[in-house]
Amino acid sequence: MTGAHHALALALFSGFVLVTLAITTWVGRGRRGSPEEFYAGGRLFSPMENGFAIAGDYMSAASFLGVTGLIALYGYDGVLYTVGFLVAWLVVLFLVAELVRNCGRFTLADVLVTRLRERPVRIATGVSSVTVSVVYLVAQMVGAGSLMTLLLGGTSEWARAWTVVGVGVLMVVYITLGGMRAATWIQIVKAVLLLGGTIVLTVLVLLRFHGDLSALLTTAAGRSGHGRAFLAPGLKYGGDWTSRLDFVSLGLALVLGTAGLPHILSRFYTVPTARAARRSVIWSIGLIGAFYLMTVVLGFGAAAVLGSGAVRAEGAGGNNAVPLLALDLGGGPGSTGGTVLFAVVAAVAFATILAVVAGVTLASSASVAHDLYRTLGRRARTPRSEVAVARAAAAGTGAVAIGLGLLAQDLNVASLVGLAFAVAASANLPVLLYSLFWRRFTTRGAVWSVYGGLVPAVALVVLSPIVSGGPGAIFPGLDFAFFPLENPGLVSVPLGFLAGRLGTVTSPEPADAAGHAETEVRSLTGAGAA
Amino acid sequence: MEKHDRRGSGGSGAGTIQPTALDIYSEVQRGAAFREVRRRYRRFAFPAAAAFLLWYLAYVVTAIAAPGLMARQVAGALNVAMVAGLAQFATTFLLTWAYARHARLHRDPAALELRWAVTLETRQDQDPAPFPVPGLPSARRADVPARHARGEHR
Repeated sequence: MTGAHHALALALFSGFVLVTLAITTWVGRGRRGSPEEFYAGGRLFSPMENGFAIAGDYMSAASFLGVTGLIALYGYDGVLYTVGFLVAWLVVLFLVAELVRNCGRFTLADVLVTRLRERPVRIATGVSSVTVSVVYLVAQMVGAGSLMTLLLGGTSEWARAWTVVGVGVLMVVYITLGGMRAATWIQIVKAVLLLGGTIVLTVLVLLRFHGDLSALLTTAAGRSGHGRAFLAPGLKYGGDWTSRLDFVSLGLALVLGTAGLPHILSRFYTVPTARAARRSVIWSIGLIGAFYLMTVVLGFGAAAVLGSGAVRAEGAGGNNAVPLLALDLGGGPGSTGGTVLFAVVAAVAFATILAVVAGVTLASSASVAHDLYRTLGRRARTPRSEVAVARAAAAGTGAVAIGLGLLAQDLNVASLVGLAFAVAASANLPVLLYSLFWRRFTTRGAVWSVYGGLVPAVALVVLSPIVSGGPGAIFPGLDFAFFPLENPGLVSVPLGFLAGRLGTVTSPEPADAAGHAETEVRSLTGAGAA
Repeated sequence: MEKHDRRGSGGSGAGTIQPTALDIYSEVQRGAAFREVRRRYRRFAFPAAAAFLLWYLAYVVTAIAAPGLMARQVAGALNVAMVAGLAQFATTFLLTWAYARHARLHRDPAALELRWAVTLETRQDQDPAPFPVPGLPSARRADVPARHARGEHR
């Protein structure tokens, strides 16, 4: 390998960083430090802008690097991920987006406190939202580290560590300077870049096989070392029933988790009306659907062009399949085309990571400042001081994510993201749906539902094979893996719903009928929307 | 906890809604117009959500429980699994279109009317100034429709 593509990739990536920094300072100039500005970007984005930004927030490194890697290594079992990631948007569109836009202001808790007691609910959802965000951030950090290793060649621990630290620091700069307005524009720029890069690669893969998808799949199956089994489910999750159940668990988490992700929910507040929120989701479903269809082509393309063995050799998780594919499609190592294409893909992937990290950090800082600080902090507080806290919280979240990101370097990015989705589906979605649709729901039900989903989800992850008990675990030396599944969703999501129901039924106080009326009328009509 | 204390759903405590506003919401909730909007929303969203969740779960469970069926060849390199995956994508796009159409035709106009009605009533019940308007000693009633219209038709 020559150093040329490393240098070019770094130059392109630096270009992206400079452009986004310029955007950040440009949009941040002369803005008041109001919460409306900082958390919601002034609420005046158009549906198309927000649709691109949602797609930008959602098409993370996990999808671009992790899912394509899984497809390249395990074939069809990776495709199952893409279906889950896309179908999840119907939950968002049908049950969440418009209603949340109408009832909420900045965070998940804002939707709930219309009918529930403010203090316990804010604390509970604040804690769960921060937890989800941190897990999600760790996945992005791992992606950044893994990409950097490939980019600089060799497996320098220092390069990885400094990448993770650098990504963390940059994102804190973005958020503290520009808030939601900057985060949104960064997402839009990144979504365009990522889709552009994906389209180019997909076209090149299809050209390589003369547009014959059947030939592409057959070659992929042949070079995967698995034959036709590569094109059917079962290679990753088809072994014993534990791993099969693990897959159902993941599928459940993916499809229900999206609607509970704090950084997705907060995107609906950047548009003026529920109708605009709906139209942004429609835009994003179109963009995301197209993107995942192309990742399927890229994943099988990597298997067909490179062979699964070569992908695995460059990183056990398969996260580097797409950059390697780009290098080959451009003409191979050493050629100008390969160098340029590799550099472009690496830069786009970095931009992706940076943008997603910025969005998630912003949502997490909103939860800390708007939910936790407001209820736990000192009484005297102004909207302006809340924004100051949010900026500090962004830095704090960044630090935690950097620390954990350094620990979790060798896991597949897509399965890490699966954990974030599981926690979101267990802790955030039940309380949100109950609150919007269940007349009898009470504060106790809400609190039980959040903790009843959050605690099992986190505990089961800690006790899972991801954390201990195997060579690929975070602590390979220890073994306290009592829970066999990697993804806790199958157990923790029902527990979250069950706990909410139990808490409500055993509640000494009745449901707040007036609050429920307000929630229902506001959510469906948009009256009194922020 | 007091009523107005738990209502602080935003950055400022100034826009606190009086108990009368709550009565308006309850009244609207009981009214036929709102119940019709809610019925139309739920009659589409709930069955459709249940349907695609079942369809997705069926797909996932089949993938793990009957890999033999999924591996059956359809045409060329295409097998049942690939067709089912593509069908998931297709139904997602289709349902998105159907939901958007349903909302636009059957829900938006009625919801907008209700929003007008509720907003006017809640604002009238707040006395004297519901929101601190810079430069005005108090918000006059004549301002309300104009302010509202600006926020709505964008």
